[in-house]
Amino acid sequence: MKYVDEYRDGALARGIADTIAREARPDRAYRLMEFCGGHTHAIARYGLEDLLPENVKLIHGPGCPVCVLPMARVDLGLACARDPRVTICVYGDMMRVPGSHGSSFLKAKAEGADVRMVYSTLDALRIAEQERGREVVFFAIGFETTTPPTALAVRAAARQGLTNFSVLCNHVLTPAAMTAILESGEDVRIEGFIGPAHVSTVIGTEPYEVFAKRYRKPVVIAGFEPLDVAQAILMLVRQINQGRSEVENEYIRAVSRGGNARAQDEVAAVFELRESFEWRGLGFLPNSALKLRSAFAEFDAEARFALTEKPAKDNPACECGAILRGAKKPAQCRLFGTACTPDTPLGSCMVSPEGACSAHWTYGRFRERRRVA
Amino acid sequence: MCLAIPVRIVEILPDDRAKVSLDGVVKTISTALVEEPAVGDYVVLHVGYALARIDPEEAERTLEMLRQAGAAA
Amino acid sequence: MSHKLDIKQGRVDLSHGAGGRAMGRLIGDIFVAAFDNELLRKGNDQAAFDIAASRMAMTTDSYVVSPLFFPGGDIGRLAVNGTINDIAMSGARPLYLTASFIIEEGFALRDLKRIADSMGEASRLAGVPIVCGDTKVVERGKADGVFVTTAGVGLIPPGLDLSCEKARPGDVVVLSGGIGEHGVAVMSKRENLEFETEILSDTAALHGLVVEMVAAAGPHLRAMRDPTRGGLAATLNELAHASRLGFSLDEAAIPVRAEVAAACEFLGLDPLNVANEGKLVAIVAPEGAEALVAAMRAHPLAAEAAVIGRAVEDAQCFVEMRTAFGGGRIVDWLAGEQLPRIC
Repeated sequence: MKYVDEYRDGALARGIADTIAREARPDRAYRLMEFCGGHTHAIARYGLEDLLPENVKLIHGPGCPVCVLPMARVDLGLACARDPRVTICVYGDMMRVPGSHGSSFLKAKAEGADVRMVYSTLDALRIAEQERGREVVFFAIGFETTTPPTALAVRAAARQGLTNFSVLCNHVLTPAAMTAILESGEDVRIEGFIGPAHVSTVIGTEPYEVFAKRYRKPVVIAGFEPLDVAQAILMLVRQINQGRSEVENEYIRAVSRGGNARAQDEVAAVFELRESFEWRGLGFLPNSALKLRSAFAEFDAEARFALTEKPAKDNPACECGAILRGAKKPAQCRLFGTACTPDTPLGSCMVSPEGACSAHWTYGRFRERRRVA
Repeated sequence: MCLAIPVRIVEILPDDRAKVSLDGVVKTISTALVEEPAVGDYVVLHVGYALARIDPEEAERTLEMLRQAGAAA
Repeated sequence: MSHKLDIKQGRVDLSHGAGGRAMGRLIGDIFVAAFDNELLRKGNDQAAFDIAASRMAMTTDSYVVSPLFFPGGDIGRLAVNGTINDIAMSGARPLYLTASFIIEEGFALRDLKRIADSMGEASRLAGVPIVCGDTKVVERGKADGVFVTTAGVGLIPPGLDLSCEKARPGDVVVLSGGIGEHGVAVMSKRENLEFETEILSDTAALHGLVVEMVAAAGPHLRAMRDPTRGGLAATLNELAHASRLGFSLDEAAIPVRAEVAAACEFLGLDPLNVANEGKLVAIVAPEGAEALVAAMRAHPLAAEAAVIGRAVEDAQCFVEMRTAFGGGRIVDWLAGEQLPRIC
């Protein structure tokens, strides 16, 4: 596969790993946070951490929009799904995310709710076109990568007069999450960020410049093949060694400083900022999420179905929050591997393939064994 | 939520659509978010939409950077 | 005399399951015609046959695949090959099959005949006749078109005792060919996931291959399994737990066709978790590995047979893998239903 295989080359990986080992100064630690669910998954699936020296540590941040979705929003989606008029369309990742009382879209489907798994908003629109008698709701999640497709879907629905189509919007913003991490005051020393790959194709590299300047943290935008991540780690190590804090772009083949203007315009036309939005693990963050503009109010499922959020409590022992902030590792959660497994997930970090817990369970949990004397 | 793959445009279709191929597997997607898509272009595909064009020169430059990074100091 | 079946336009209705003339017509014109063999022609409720004194193998399976017709096969062909394979994994020679049908009211006779003919063809190709069966019809909406249930019996060659708990540390893991083809072929036709591809299901009867394998390395073989639902990952984990050991795999050695890898990229799936219907995994003592692989490669259904790893001591029964990238990971069972990742 062109533009894929070359960036998974094991021989090149060994070379870069050797260089990282040579250049990482033995007298210091390099704690790097990656911020993109795709990166969390790639690092685990290819075993990238095995190639890094001991003092280069990767911390998983809140880069998985499924994982940061609070239970209250899942419950909102489920309430909508249980309305007999509604056909709710969700991305595959959302099907098993736990809501309150152990429910999920998959379970709601088994109980008779009309839940359809879709690959794209295009599928949801097609369902709305073909089934005019149904209220078709698209459960929209995702960071800036996934928001433009939702914007286009709303525009298309408006153009085609698809009065039976609406969106339940949970889109969130990457810089807001980064700010929250840096302001959290938690004792999570992060020396640098591996910036998200495909969020950056949309927003460009410019939004990260404030983090480099104000917080003096180097940021390297990385493609999400494992060699891209390895190279980004090397670039961060070099910045840290040289005392620089700049935004560098490893994913130059797809990311520019300004990003995708057309995508940004579409989003701006359809969405506006929510004053506040709850993030699992990070609490309520201001200006961190989007809702539909009043001009598109008829396509807003929250308005159409008069949905009201009810506060929901996570399992008290669930450490998804601390894990999303990078404060704890999955193995440090009491529930990990015991009550909480991919078969019986208690928290979203275990459900989403990009979640730190799921990635660790699926690909990496054998490593714990080696540290036991 | 970042799963995106690089695919090649093999046919332009009306209404901002296109057929793309990844090693012979073909799917119809939307190109509404990229300017002037053309057959032969490589684009990054995410949830049924092309998000960005892949610049072949920059891609080659990246590979070269990767090779050099791995070379002996 | 009841009317002739209108295969072209007719549909199955509740009378076809009622046990009367209509059902007799259906069975005769569609099933017996397609499966045609001496035992079946007798028209008894059972098939009676002599059997050599031997250990026997018996299996049963149900087929509920959707869609019923997919690139490279259909539910019928899948049922015949799948059942034969379950018998063959014990090293046994498959002798006879049964086939039962639960048909939804309204199902097109044309499609039923297509499935039956496909089963007859697969059965003849494999040399394993379908000697008895059953037919039921349920109301519209109560069965997704048609469900097929089978059983199979076979004879195990003397001295052969393959079983999944017999693997030992140091044993070699051999895979017969490229993984992921069946699952991808079926998924390509699933609503909301449609993509165009030339990947065909790899559905195939493996008993001929097994004969060659037993001839080449019989005394050294420990266990064989065909990695169907859940893919290679599920099969290896099952074997690991049954034998109370671990496996150490080499990703670069696992054959995956480029198109299958690409389709899996599209869907965000790992080929290791995707179903196969014409492949097998064999665990063999090291002394027999070379001869086994050579014999497999000489057979058309295993031309790409490869050693993909070995069994190791491991109290936790992990299936570990060295990735082509150079790092390590485990190969785990998939949790729940396989859902394509978007992210």
